[in-house]
Amino acid sequence: MSIVDTVKQGAQGLVQGAMTKLVPLAPDSWIPGGVPDPLIQHKHGLIGTSVSRLDGPLKVQGGAQFAAEFRFENMAYCALVYATIPRGRITAIDGAAAEAAPGVVLVMSHLNAPRMNKPPAFGSSPNGVGPADLTIFQDDRVHWNGQPIVAVLADTQEQADHAAALVEVSYAPEPSTTSLAGAKANGIAQGLFMGQPLLNEIGDAEGALAKAAVKVDATYRTPRHNHNPIEPHAATIAWVGDELVIHDASQMVTQQAQTLGEVFDLAPEQVRLTSPYVGGGFGSKGLWDHQVIGAAAAKMAGRPVRIALSREGVYRVVGGRTLTEQRVAIGASADGRFEALIHTGLSVMTPHNNMPEPFILGTRAGYACPNIKLQVEVAQMNMLANTFMRAPGEAVGTFALESAIDELAEALAIDPVELRLRNEPDKDPTTGLPFSSRHIDTAWRDGAARFGWSDRGAAGTRREGEWLVGTGCATGTYPYYRMPGAEARITLRRDSDGVRALVEVAAAEMGMGTSTTTAIVAAERLGLPLDRVEVAYGDSAIPGAIMAGGSQQTAAIGAAVIAAHNALVAELLTLAGNDSPLAGLSAADVGSEEGGLAKLDDAARRESYGSILARAQRDQVTVTKAGTPPLELMHWSMHSHSALFCEVKVNAVTGETRVSRFLGAFDCGRILNAKTAASQFRGGIIMGLGLALMEETQFDERNGRIMNPSLAEYHLPVHLDVPEIDVIWTDIPDPHTPMGAHGVGEIGITGVGAAVANAIYNATGRRVRDLPITLDKLL
Amino acid sequence: MSLIVNGEAVALPSDPRVSLLDHLRETLHLTGTKKGCNQGACGACTVLVDGERILSCLALAVQYEGRSVTTIEGLAGENGLHPLQQAFIEHDGFQCGYCTPGQICSAIGMAAEAERGVPSHVSADLTAAVALTREEVQERMSGNLCRCGAHNGIVDAIRATVAAEWAA
Repeated sequence: MSIVDTVKQGAQGLVQGAMTKLVPLAPDSWIPGGVPDPLIQHKHGLIGTSVSRLDGPLKVQGGAQFAAEFRFENMAYCALVYATIPRGRITAIDGAAAEAAPGVVLVMSHLNAPRMNKPPAFGSSPNGVGPADLTIFQDDRVHWNGQPIVAVLADTQEQADHAAALVEVSYAPEPSTTSLAGAKANGIAQGLFMGQPLLNEIGDAEGALAKAAVKVDATYRTPRHNHNPIEPHAATIAWVGDELVIHDASQMVTQQAQTLGEVFDLAPEQVRLTSPYVGGGFGSKGLWDHQVIGAAAAKMAGRPVRIALSREGVYRVVGGRTLTEQRVAIGASADGRFEALIHTGLSVMTPHNNMPEPFILGTRAGYACPNIKLQVEVAQMNMLANTFMRAPGEAVGTFALESAIDELAEALAIDPVELRLRNEPDKDPTTGLPFSSRHIDTAWRDGAARFGWSDRGAAGTRREGEWLVGTGCATGTYPYYRMPGAEARITLRRDSDGVRALVEVAAAEMGMGTSTTTAIVAAERLGLPLDRVEVAYGDSAIPGAIMAGGSQQTAAIGAAVIAAHNALVAELLTLAGNDSPLAGLSAADVGSEEGGLAKLDDAARRESYGSILARAQRDQVTVTKAGTPPLELMHWSMHSHSALFCEVKVNAVTGETRVSRFLGAFDCGRILNAKTAASQFRGGIIMGLGLALMEETQFDERNGRIMNPSLAEYHLPVHLDVPEIDVIWTDIPDPHTPMGAHGVGEIGITGVGAAVANAIYNATGRRVRDLPITLDKLL
Repeated sequence: MSLIVNGEAVALPSDPRVSLLDHLRETLHLTGTKKGCNQGACGACTVLVDGERILSCLALAVQYEGRSVTTIEGLAGENGLHPLQQAFIEHDGFQCGYCTPGQICSAIGMAAEAERGVPSHVSADLTAAVALTREEVQERMSGNLCRCGAHNGIVDAIRATVAAEWAA
């Protein structure tokens, strides 16, 4: 990060710090969520039922249009050339053979690319989402092995790919750091997350550990991971006059449009970014170099461009999760009460980004303990900027913490479920805030009963033929977030059957079910049938900025729709006038039900939307409103939880691990759509099985090159690796969130690594603290 | 020089380097067939050629002269969705939907393989008739990756439709 960015982050941190001190003292009723959302009490509608995806018919027929499937007239195709050194300068680019190849339109590099501003890096401004603190195609510097340095445009993809292979690049390499040992030797620094240090110290953790009756103290390692959405990153781009049109695969449409606008000196209205369908994202579908390169090439060539990264290209251009080394030490009394909890360690990032893997986040609110030390430090390597990947921090942090708790349970000879319950906190142990909703004990008890946890034996005691069988458990955790900036625009239109509603939000649908769930919630809030509600999203022309990240999108949309609905009610009351049964009522007195407005305590006083609009001689009414600022986050400690149970079979001959059973019991507030929420839980758990057993981005420490940039060599769970996964939930609404809901996108992956590792320990008596748990570690 | 796609004769590309996948997507604008890796590792590009499943990214279009290709766009009939397409919706056998066309085409080809008695790695008896148990379906579909983690729903949808038909 530049000094300017660091100062900005510091300033943001100060403001946030002041708010953090004031907001907890405010009475509940001043806080968003202080008065429960009325939808929480509304129990007989669609919310919580199983609704099939509204975009399902389109998707199963191949009709959903993804970024690389838009077309423009006279479109050229782009291929990229990637640097082969980790750090240094480009001394020469020989593009003559490429330029002479059939169909070639343009060979673009820093030597001829248009001048472009540096994209504001992620977090450096409210809507800045640049991939790194670096310019793109503006100088001869190489910052990572795999950096795109030349772009070739041709009439077809085949011609572009061939011509790119003809480009010769010469380099002057400079000293680089590509090994973990080298990075540590260069020095480590305190890690910052959202401008705040990843550091908590309460009491004297080391002193209490030394005095504890029973203790565990070990180091856990997790490797790099790549998101690997099945849709590779792509954009189809055209300049229409002085407007940039980009059909992208995006988790953050507004922010990407604004960042691209800053790169090309365009006003916000001059960039139109659409992203109607995203073929998986998991944190990766943001702004990377390729969209900037594609837009620059399109500008230079005067032709629209399709830039679809190859699978290898995704590994070269799109960052993943970085590696961690974590120490977890827990000291406990003989009856299992935690006296000391230490979770510290190292994460690696680059000189050009600021994203330590924040693996202590889940520990902060995890367990009651009088002496706590949590810290993430960082070292730097010359590599592609790492980024957010599903449950950044918690996914790998829970592996270390929840493995250590299992080790402690073994040392204490206390059941690991009981040990966790015994250390359940009554308030947030690091902030002191009250919990908004925490029913993890219910999840544990329900899950244990359903899984048959009481049948568990001692480590290494169950065997079926050549298979060693064991069970393990772990807690998953992920915070409730809600980011500012979300807006909703609601339009009611009159037709022959009443009214139809259009709800527009600048959100993204990557398969979470957001468009369906938004329609369900909006229909219930407006008192309309589901088929009278249309949801539009994935378009920067829609007001507001919403990110499909931090599992916060549903809450952000929910709060914006609440605000817009309130504004709509007020507007309709104005339109209703003095002849309406609603005359004289204020917005606070009425609510929506059955296609109209009704007095809350006297439903006989009602009028349909259609009637109100007709009398006012209006065909439609539109309101746009932003959600309240997310102050609830500073007033309560807000988290989701899971209790995870896993059964594995480990082959005594080959060391191969098969997961035979898995149960997730979730405490995530009210579930809005049982069908799509279950899929989110299962999807997270399955990605967690990959994290536990097979996933690793292999990084060549000699030269900083990713060695397995393909789906053949980066192993994901396939059908035969995935057992039937059972998911249940408490369905207890959080009284302080929109709809009583929490996000469900990331919680699923958390804790899974430890649940599997703990089951493997129970099967084999072998403790593996180094992910992934491949068979060589069990032989 | 033509090939048949979803029942219609279409021209082959003049450039012999063009894969069947790119021909479908970029020339014929049949973008339902997906490109996930372009190297035969993910299965997203699976189509049916004369009823057999193939990876269209590893197939050169010109090799398929005169052959009959069925893509995801060709599965729904006059009476609506193919039963497997409907089952994918009911069982939530997808999230983002990107691997879905490949999963569906692959499953149809897979069921036909089972019907012909083709054994798999998990078949206990290589000469016996194939029973599409859950494990057999999982093994036979393992070439189709899904990153959203819809595996349970995919297998359920397949077993409820094409596998059940064959078993019946």
